[in-house]
Amino acid sequence: MNALLIRDLRLAVRAGGGFGLGLSFFLILVALIPFGVGPETELLARIAPGILWVGALLSCLLSLDRIFALDYEDGSLDLLATAPLPLEAVVAVKALVHWLTTGVPLTLAAPVLGVLLNLPWPGHLWLMASLALGTPALSMIGAFGAALTVGLKRGGLLLSLLVLPLYVPTLIFGAEVARRGAAGMALETPLLVLAGVSLATLALLPFAAAAVLRVNLR
Amino acid sequence: MRGAMECMVQDLSVARGGVPLLQGVGFSLVPGEALVLRAPNGAGKTTLLRCLAGLQPPLSGQVNLPEEGVAYASHADGIKTQLSVRENLRFWASVHGVADIGEALERFDLVGLQTRLAGHLSAGQKRRLGLARLLVTGRPLWLLDEPTVSLDTSAVALFGDVVRSHLAGGGMAIIATHIDLGLPEARVLELGAFKARADTMDTFDEAFL
Repeated sequence: MNALLIRDLRLAVRAGGGFGLGLSFFLILVALIPFGVGPETELLARIAPGILWVGALLSCLLSLDRIFALDYEDGSLDLLATAPLPLEAVVAVKALVHWLTTGVPLTLAAPVLGVLLNLPWPGHLWLMASLALGTPALSMIGAFGAALTVGLKRGGLLLSLLVLPLYVPTLIFGAEVARRGAAGMALETPLLVLAGVSLATLALLPFAAAAVLRVNLR
Repeated sequence: MRGAMECMVQDLSVARGGVPLLQGVGFSLVPGEALVLRAPNGAGKTTLLRCLAGLQPPLSGQVNLPEEGVAYASHADGIKTQLSVRENLRFWASVHGVADIGEALERFDLVGLQTRLAGHLSAGQKRRLGLARLLVTGRPLWLLDEPTVSLDTSAVALFGDVVRSHLAGGGMAIIATHIDLGLPEARVLELGAFKARADTMDTFDEAFL
């Protein structure tokens, strides 16, 4: 498992690996919002948590189809499926690598970009906390979607359509945590639900994704 | 021990895309033996090998292979072009829990290329790297699908030697190939005799599984 983790991280940071793709998209998106919405700081502060969450979600989506497609194309996925590593572990590692290369940079960048949107102070912490809790679920759901569409040419469109509805619970509760954090309100309930969604996703989807991969490799 | 290592296939039927290709395939292999599969294009060699590798289920029949003992080499080599030859091989070695890649590099004459990015290799060199992977799996049964594609004659001879020493060490190999590998001791199985008669399956539900 470590070998796969190291290989995929190495591939992600080498030329053409796509590391930073999601992050730069997030940066561009958030930087453009004030130009589109106008310079009213009060309005920006009000929409900031939602914008940052939607931005993070879309940035995550951008690199999902690479999770399995590249390994499928060069035959590695067949070989991994016949290797001693269980396919469930392969899926989990792939989702972990996606999170490390996308979710973690987004989580770290979000509070900085919050400044651009005039996010009120304690909100930065809660935004980071909600992203740290929610992005693992985004990566895991994305890995499941990528497994579903792995054999398809140009499966990216179908992947987005499949994955976006599954992202909705995470988005609702994640953005709610960030919004309540920024407004200084009580946020235990959405925080717990967000954590619950993430844990359930991480517990169940590796098995589902491995099962659909087995069907898709036939 | 011998029972566990044996390889036995009985009355196997396989299909691809809902079309049965082969039926009633049966053979057995004991350690040290090689089997060469011969058939025209599209007869089902690849499908049979994928089925034996466990990548797709058979329509019917029995496959008894050594547990966790199969190394499959498909048309695609599973090489990452952004990694060096050594990194590629080391990855597969550690996935299979093997520490040493020196022998595999040497046997396929890759020592001089080991720091080169795999993306800069020629087709034949890539193929050699793909085949070197077999040596770091440490598995007894090799399933080889057209292993000599894009290899030159000296590399084919090199490969023949590697297969022969694998067999001498108690390994087994099932090889789908059109050319002579210089393995006179290998048995030949003509798959033409097992061509499936029915054209379509009545209960095709692959898409719904």
